[in-house]
Amino acid sequence: MTTTDATMDPPAVRISGVSKTFGSGPGAVAALEAVDLSILPGELVSLIGPSGCGKSTLLRIVGDLTSASAGEVLVNGKPSERARLDRDYGMVFQAPVLMDWRTVARNVELPLEVMGFGRAERTERSRRLLSLVELQDFGGKYPWQLSGGMQQRAAIARALAFDPKLLLMDEPFGALDEMTRERMNLELMKIWSQTATTIIFVTHSIPEAVFLSSRVVVMSPRPGRIARVIEIDLPQPRAFETRELPRYFELVTEVREALRGRDGDLPAGPDDAGPARLRVEGLG
Amino acid sequence: MTSAPAARPGLLGGPVERDREARLAALLPPIAIGVVVLLVWEIGLSVLGVRQFLLPKPSVIAGAIADQWPVLQRGLAYTGFEALAGLAVGVSFGVLAAFATARWGVAREILMPVAIGASSIPIIAFAPITSAWFSSESPLSRIAIVTLMVFFPVMINTVRGLTNVDPAAIELMRSYAAGELTIVRKVRIPNAVPYFFTALRIAATLAVIGAVIGEYFGGPRYSLGIYITSEAYVFRYQNAWAAIVMACLLGIAFYLGAMLLERLAVPWQRSDRAAEP
Repeated sequence: MTTTDATMDPPAVRISGVSKTFGSGPGAVAALEAVDLSILPGELVSLIGPSGCGKSTLLRIVGDLTSASAGEVLVNGKPSERARLDRDYGMVFQAPVLMDWRTVARNVELPLEVMGFGRAERTERSRRLLSLVELQDFGGKYPWQLSGGMQQRAAIARALAFDPKLLLMDEPFGALDEMTRERMNLELMKIWSQTATTIIFVTHSIPEAVFLSSRVVVMSPRPGRIARVIEIDLPQPRAFETRELPRYFELVTEVREALRGRDGDLPAGPDDAGPARLRVEGLG
Repeated sequence: MTSAPAARPGLLGGPVERDREARLAALLPPIAIGVVVLLVWEIGLSVLGVRQFLLPKPSVIAGAIADQWPVLQRGLAYTGFEALAGLAVGVSFGVLAAFATARWGVAREILMPVAIGASSIPIIAFAPITSAWFSSESPLSRIAIVTLMVFFPVMINTVRGLTNVDPAAIELMRSYAAGELTIVRKVRIPNAVPYFFTALRIAATLAVIGAVIGEYFGGPRYSLGIYITSEAYVFRYQNAWAAIVMACLLGIAFYLGAMLLERLAVPWQRSDRAAEP
């Protein structure tokens, strides 16, 4: 497969020859095999594929939460561990992972506390980010007092609090209902246009991937590898109407067909990944 | 932790007034039941003609409390001190042991099964032995028993709180390049606080039981345990009952104290939090 090396910008993320094997001996499972991908600064790249295609594993390798068995990841020209220690990453997981004992505002301040920001700066930033995600009136509430969508917005505010160069999002809206998810997609687009952060976004949802991304990376399972990279040439900024463009439907179809693969041996789409998910949960 | 999550008010909460009224209203049924039980007890005994030494009437017990108050007061203070001292020592050791155990994986594998096993032993059975270790006049015997009784639940629960942490929370902290110590301070300790207070409520009740039963095997004449046994021995059952009521009140006071501390220390789990200004 080819990447967008043609442009002259240095990539924000360069993944070269990354493989990951879980276990060893005859029971070993190849989760990723020889993955190459470059991501430019300011891009929003989605990784999509059936469960077990290693998309989350790839995200975790980029974020240095797990190590690659082979290959190399450079983030802004640095090894991924260096990038993590330099606090280049903002992480958003499928669960909001808010600390129960902290108010929403103090949850947003958590990374700032760890990184030694002063109190005034912390309060200022958490106020600014909470209004960015439209939670300005909820800073004093505890997480249990917020709905699922609001909790996930707080998690996004927390991830953005320290201006990370790279935002890694692992199915952040996967647990939300369809309507909330579409609204969150719109909000993410707004935040992305305001912050110009590079985002890697793992998802099971084809419409979500097409709507959000500058490029969709379609992955195939066993072993996980990149099947196709689809350029999403929908106009920016993406808005409510984007989902009604004929081009949007063409691209959704294109991604769906890429997911089905040449051999037709892959699950047909993101929504029927249930049974497959049970079998290969550990790799997803 | 203490009340059902269903009692949580809506996002915006109700007015404070209404909330207070609701809490008072919640207290009424148990109070009513208490009054009814006392009435049935009082009247039932007269009607059935049960003899005083088997079960004195509430009014007789109340009279005995008033009558024996100087002794009972000393007993309350003495037994309460033993329970409190044992609780303090046992909780401190329990927490220290929990940190050590949670910190070193090897220690956890060796100590946790031992601690869980030990927590199922009726430690009160050792009371005659600790009585022999220390002089029976010394409170140390009961303090030792209470310490032992309290230690295990506190240690086990605190270890669980320190280790039962959402792995994603640890990964989140790693993504901030946080060190081990920061993770302990910002994630593990706050996570363990509710677990600790659950154990403290259990421990507070155990402490009073341990002190009173421990005194059955020795202690000063006025201590609640000795007073109960010696008055029962000479058939002054109403006095024994008076001391039993004191022991019950002591237990309730300890439990309420632990619950109050919990409410102060775990504000994020208070069901009525949203309604307060």
